[in-house]
Amino acid sequence: MAEVKNVEEVKEPLFGKVEKKLMTDPLNDNNPITVQVLGICSALAVTSLVYPSVVMSIAVIFVCGFSSLFTSLLRNAIPKAVRMIVQLVIIATLVTLVEMALKYFNYPVYKQLSVYIGLIITNCIVMGRLEAFAMANKPWRSFVDGIGNGVGYGAILIAVGVVREIFGKGTLFAGSPIEMKLIGANAGKVEYMINTAAESGLGSWFGWYANNNLMVLPAAAMFIIGIMIWIQRSYNTKLVDVS
Amino acid sequence: MDKNSTNYVLFFVVTMTVIVAFALTSIRQATKATADQNEDIFNKRAVLAAVNDYLGMGENVGANDLTDEQVLEIFNEKVEQTTLNTQGQEVDGVMAEDIDMAKEKKKDESERVLPLFKYAYEGQEFYILSVRGNGLWDEIWGNIALKSDISTIAGASFDHKGETPGLGAEIKDNPTFSDNFKDKEIFRDGEFVSVKVRKGGAQDPTYEVDGISGATVTADGVDKMLRSGIALYLPYLNKIKGSGMESMLQE
Repeated sequence: MAEVKNVEEVKEPLFGKVEKKLMTDPLNDNNPITVQVLGICSALAVTSLVYPSVVMSIAVIFVCGFSSLFTSLLRNAIPKAVRMIVQLVIIATLVTLVEMALKYFNYPVYKQLSVYIGLIITNCIVMGRLEAFAMANKPWRSFVDGIGNGVGYGAILIAVGVVREIFGKGTLFAGSPIEMKLIGANAGKVEYMINTAAESGLGSWFGWYANNNLMVLPAAAMFIIGIMIWIQRSYNTKLVDVS
Repeated sequence: MDKNSTNYVLFFVVTMTVIVAFALTSIRQATKATADQNEDIFNKRAVLAAVNDYLGMGENVGANDLTDEQVLEIFNEKVEQTTLNTQGQEVDGVMAEDIDMAKEKKKDESERVLPLFKYAYEGQEFYILSVRGNGLWDEIWGNIALKSDISTIAGASFDHKGETPGLGAEIKDNPTFSDNFKDKEIFRDGEFVSVKVRKGGAQDPTYEVDGISGATVTADGVDKMLRSGIALYLPYLNKIKGSGMESMLQE
């Protein structure tokens, strides 16, 4: 990125006001999910567990950031007539790279996530940012904008995943090496922190507790995202549509 | 140069395609050997996961806890591979580990070849069968290990392409599901009955296992996959059992 710094930019700090705004805007005022309502499909599909949500977020941050960077570098050379095809090629190339890297370094994780990786290509946030921002802005700012939107998307994804996994499965990070079993009835080798089948102690107070099966269904993510939008707009009143 | 002229667009698209294709192909070529080996180990691990209790690597050490080298070592030393056709005869020319079950599933039943892995542990012999079927979204598959009586299940491992995490994906993620298959039997009085995956909980302790709540379609898929998948091995299983002689003579 250093090579794109020209005379004008040297005067400005590398991470100045504009970049800061590009980075923080997607976290609140212009969140891709709760404000722009983009990327809902994958937000419903992968958030039943936290671990896939985290990996999906990392992958989207990577693809979003670098596709913005490359699109912006090429923005003056891309013919208008085929710009969307070019954007898609850039995204698809990066996604293929992610896939090959996973196959090479960690095959079991690749097997577990192969479905979601393909979903990144169809994620409207990535292409939305290329079309709306990277085609008209300088590479470094486009890169920051891409990363910011990826982070804004990932934050919501993980928040939804945490709620769904705790109430739907009683665990956190299931499937990863740091799996935590929070609440549930012990069975065989499986032991929970709060054992609802216990005769005495903390767990015995929770004998009535059962996992909420609605939470594992995609519909639950819709409700949770809806509630998040509600909460966000109740304190951030400038988002409320007054028309 | 006019950026919207046909010549420029053509030049741009062709150049981009060549660069991208060349870059991706070279990276793929450079990583292929390792990626293929990773896949090979992954598949062998799945076969060994069906005999998790008989690996002899210590208490509670399953195939997923072994290192890559251990997987290859056990597989090379203790597993004997056989390729069968659906008439129960052994076939030469294809290694069992190289059989692509996804391709075989598309063929006509009479033309398929089936992998059979014989695993030997402390004088006991296990027969590991591979089955493949359909879940809710995409394909599911598994390996079933039979004890030497050719009826009692020693263990099972399942995997899937795209079942819902937390629901259908439990066939792989929740060890309780595959553990439930242990000590079930697939023959009742010499007749093949398979193991039923029952919604709402198993009723027969010998021939049924619990379904997964919220994932009825996937659980039914496992049920169907076992029934039709093991059925393909029946000619061979009956042959090695010896008890199937009469039925074979009648044919």
